[in-house]
Amino acid sequence: MASVGECPAPVPVKDKKLLEVKLGELPSWILMRDFSPSGIFGAFQRGYYRYYNKYINVKKGSISGITMVLACYVLFSYSFSYKHLNTYHLAFLTSEHERLRKYH
Amino acid sequence: MNENLFASFIAPTILGLPAAVLIILFPPLLIPTSKYLINNRLITTQQWLIKLTSKQMMAMHNTKGRTWSLMLVSLIIFIATTNLLGLLPHSFTPTTQLSMNLAMAIPLWAGAVIMGFRSKIKNALAHFLPQGTPTPLIPMLVIIETTSLLIQPMALAVRLTANITAGHLLMHLIGSATLAMSTINLPSTLIIFTILILLTILEIAVALIQAYVFTLLVSLYLHDNT
Repeated sequence: MASVGECPAPVPVKDKKLLEVKLGELPSWILMRDFSPSGIFGAFQRGYYRYYNKYINVKKGSISGITMVLACYVLFSYSFSYKHLNTYHLAFLTSEHERLRKYH
Repeated sequence: MNENLFASFIAPTILGLPAAVLIILFPPLLIPTSKYLINNRLITTQQWLIKLTSKQMMAMHNTKGRTWSLMLVSLIIFIATTNLLGLLPHSFTPTTQLSMNLAMAIPLWAGAVIMGFRSKIKNALAHFLPQGTPTPLIPMLVIIETTSLLIQPMALAVRLTANITAGHLLMHLIGSATLAMSTINLPSTLIIFTILILLTILEIAVALIQAYVFTLLVSLYLHDNT
């Protein structure tokens, strides 16, 4: 059994993590990922548990664990309304973004 | 100005697909479950709150009414989290859509009424005539009581929609008024105070959830156990 730090056989590209993939291998790595519905669901599940176990499922979890989620939710909702905030109204001769900036 | 005000109530879409489904599915992510007795702080707080409300809510029911406890507790949690998340800036509140509130109110009310009619038909029919009415008034009163029964689901749905929508609209209006006044600067402090007070009062949107579930409960109780 090889000791830690030695890699006797090369690891196949498919099993590498993203940060270990070399730039030349990137297209083949992306193509080999599992994009089926169960694969995507598994990716979401892994991501959820990664965040959960790091910030919430600890002995002295603070309020920042859930505040980060809510901040991301606000940014996500802002991206939905970005288009409407940017539309130019003829009646007011500005968009909503410009109007908010005018008062600062 | 008119189109501007109501634009935040349009259901968001991604290329025509309803993204409102994603937003409705978001609150369960904030309420984790656990199989252990002693948990992290988030789960402990939530479990304590849920125990408090469920005990309070289901105390007045008999055994048959308590079979509804899972349904009612999940209802109050859903409406509470959805309304509170709607207070964040730029977010979309699904309970402002009348379609969703009707979809919640009508099946629950119908289930309670039908259950009452199936088990104790005489008691259920007796609701249509209050005790001690003078005889000539009976036909009119039966019609009035029937109408008041049939209007219950509509009242439940419209109450929730109207309250949340009105609160959001007011916040939008007062917010934009504050911005407009800030250049003139004189009564702007007064308006900012009004916003603060309004936001606090709007967190009595949670009290609205109480109202919703409580009304539902009262109806269920009357139909089931009298």
